[in-house]
Amino acid sequence: MGNNLSSTEFKAKTLDWLDERTGWRMVRDLMDHKVVPIHAGTKWYYFGGITLFLFGVQIFTGVLLLLYYRPTVAEAFDSVRFLMTRVEFGWLIRSIHSWSANLLILSAFIHMFSVVFTHAYRRPRELTWLSGIVLLGLLLGFGFSGYLLPWNQISYFATKVGTDVAGTMPVAGPTLSRFLRGGEDVGGATLTRFFDFHVIILPLIAFGLVGLHVLLVQKHGMSTPSDIPPEKVAQMKFFPNFFLRELVVWYGVLAVLGTLAAIFPWELGEKADPFASAPAGIRPEWYFLAQFYTLKLIPSHVWILEGELLGLFGFGALAAGWVLLPFWAAGRHKLASGVGVFLICYLAAFTFLGYVK
Amino acid sequence: MGAAPAQDSCVTCHSALDDAAKGPAALIKNDVHIAHGLSCADCHGGDRTSDDPEVSMSKAKGFKGKPARTDIPKFCASCHSNPDFMRKYAPQERVDQFELYQTSVHGKRLAGGDTAVATCIDCHSVHDIRSVKDTMSPVYPLRVPETCSRCHSDQQKMAPYKIPTNQFEQYKTSVHWAALTKRGDLSAPTCASCHGNHGAKPPQVGSVSDVCGTCHVLFDQLYQKSAHKAVFSGAGGGGGCMVCHSNHGIQNPSTKMLAGATSVCSGCHEQGTPQAKTAAQMASWIDGLDGALKQSETVLTSAEKYGMEVSEAQVRLIDGRENLVKAQLALHSMQPADMQKPIDLGMAIAKDTLQAGQDALHEKDIRRYGLAVSVILIAIAMFAVRTLIRRIENGKQAELPKTL
Repeated sequence: MGNNLSSTEFKAKTLDWLDERTGWRMVRDLMDHKVVPIHAGTKWYYFGGITLFLFGVQIFTGVLLLLYYRPTVAEAFDSVRFLMTRVEFGWLIRSIHSWSANLLILSAFIHMFSVVFTHAYRRPRELTWLSGIVLLGLLLGFGFSGYLLPWNQISYFATKVGTDVAGTMPVAGPTLSRFLRGGEDVGGATLTRFFDFHVIILPLIAFGLVGLHVLLVQKHGMSTPSDIPPEKVAQMKFFPNFFLRELVVWYGVLAVLGTLAAIFPWELGEKADPFASAPAGIRPEWYFLAQFYTLKLIPSHVWILEGELLGLFGFGALAAGWVLLPFWAAGRHKLASGVGVFLICYLAAFTFLGYVK
Repeated sequence: MGAAPAQDSCVTCHSALDDAAKGPAALIKNDVHIAHGLSCADCHGGDRTSDDPEVSMSKAKGFKGKPARTDIPKFCASCHSNPDFMRKYAPQERVDQFELYQTSVHGKRLAGGDTAVATCIDCHSVHDIRSVKDTMSPVYPLRVPETCSRCHSDQQKMAPYKIPTNQFEQYKTSVHWAALTKRGDLSAPTCASCHGNHGAKPPQVGSVSDVCGTCHVLFDQLYQKSAHKAVFSGAGGGGGCMVCHSNHGIQNPSTKMLAGATSVCSGCHEQGTPQAKTAAQMASWIDGLDGALKQSETVLTSAEKYGMEVSEAQVRLIDGRENLVKAQLALHSMQPADMQKPIDLGMAIAKDTLQAGQDALHEKDIRRYGLAVSVILIAIAMFAVRTLIRRIENGKQAELPKTL
């Protein structure tokens, strides 16, 4: 008994010592007090967590891939092939990284639209929305830069097309294209840069923004739909009730990820050959397909403007309007929902058309 | 001779004439000579600046009119055999066409007064002569066989010469025609590649293998040291390569040519003779390697369809196919020992790649089992967490580990 007492005392003193130096009880208090509103749209809250989980999967698998990947034109493709054929579970790590990247972007899109339809962007969560949108942009940047890294035929030509489009932007276009490529054409310098973006620059920015985003969610709490008075919303403790539910969902996502990776391993293709002609029917990843197809539909010249330039202006205006949504949609939630529906229809239809045409 | 004047009386007047006389004026707009700034008068003489036919087509002005068929080669050669003149328009163009033509069957017969044979204009056309690189030109590689066949498939026209007229029909069944028209390979042989163009004549028995050997170099080298050379290419022989492969209707070779009662070899070597047995042995080696490589390919393709990474084995399979080609090539020396090395190497590659494919399929099965086990474990974990949630929400928090 005496031993038990001294053990309890020792534990308490140790925890006090730690709290004095780290303030960890503040985190515990936060967790104790954090609640999640329960209503018809509660299920959409899971997508924020799924996005965060998949981001974690990306970091974990990305670090493992770095053990073997070599970012040079001579070695990139062969190092990925070596990883997939000679390294135990190398194929699984690469496949999970690739599938997870796609599911991450899909999940982030769903999370974004759920915020639009539940009007969770409204005051005082404008900065939460802005940080989320920038994060989505960063995820697309991760996708674009990571696509080139295996240095295969498809990724080489897709990057060529992508950086060509960037080059058509007025004023800064040619400079931007040269900056991205590290020269006039896609080559070794592009690969090194994209690798740098993918594993250093974008992750550093993303870590900061994810921290800010989560902090803002913590500060403001989870938003309830605007049509339900806050006092009428039932609540659930975040920890452990909601967290355990989220854990079940994460397990489900992990099962889906494993199934996709095992049954449809991410293919490597052929090594990039800059002197070969572009593969037939070349197109970007699905999340850029709607924009790609739109640019294809625009005539080469519209009035005095080049078609591609007009398309870029259109996308720029749309993106700017979307980023500023919390500001123009305040008090106009039906309009915001309408724009959201329109955007989903546009993205779904043009992505589909981009695949079949 | 500079650029043609804007107003050319030859074209102006002939355009106003009836159809027959208008012909040259209507055709000439596509002519390569006009494109280079030459005019009718540069070939036919006369004064293109005068609107008066008496002046523009006067002999005093050098008017030569329409040349006789026997004079056509010399007529064209007046410029095309002149290096100084040709250098101004086509410096890389050869200038020995006329000399070659005179050595050709066409040229010799024309010199003998036979005006039915081909002259320059029969192949290159007249007044709408196009560059050889122009796809509309009758001598563009894709159109050469058809151009030759205009005369050589005409039974009436060929009757006096007692030569067959089925060459084009046979050629259209050949691998060369397929390469030219289906694969679009402009380097594939046409009539002119084997018979020559300006110096066209049939290859003689002794030179057939030399003609084929201009493209099939290694095959020819091996044939030259084979026992067949003395028989096939000697006096009274069947004409080198032609003996086994024919001439115009050359088909894809197969081992059926080597072994069996209907094989090419059986035409000379009776069944049961040592030579027939050697041929059968060589056929069996080739079939064996081909079959082994196809089996590996099937297994690798199947593994690839399951998303397995087998590109290294597929690249090795290309080496295997190369060894098959080397064995088929070595066959032409008719020395089985020459075939042994590529056959052995090819079989080793076929064995390795088959193993790689089977390993990949086995690995695929292991992945599926691994997936099934993982999904079951994940499902158990999900069930456990779900149970934990129920216990918590049923007021059993007391059983949970205490928070700190």
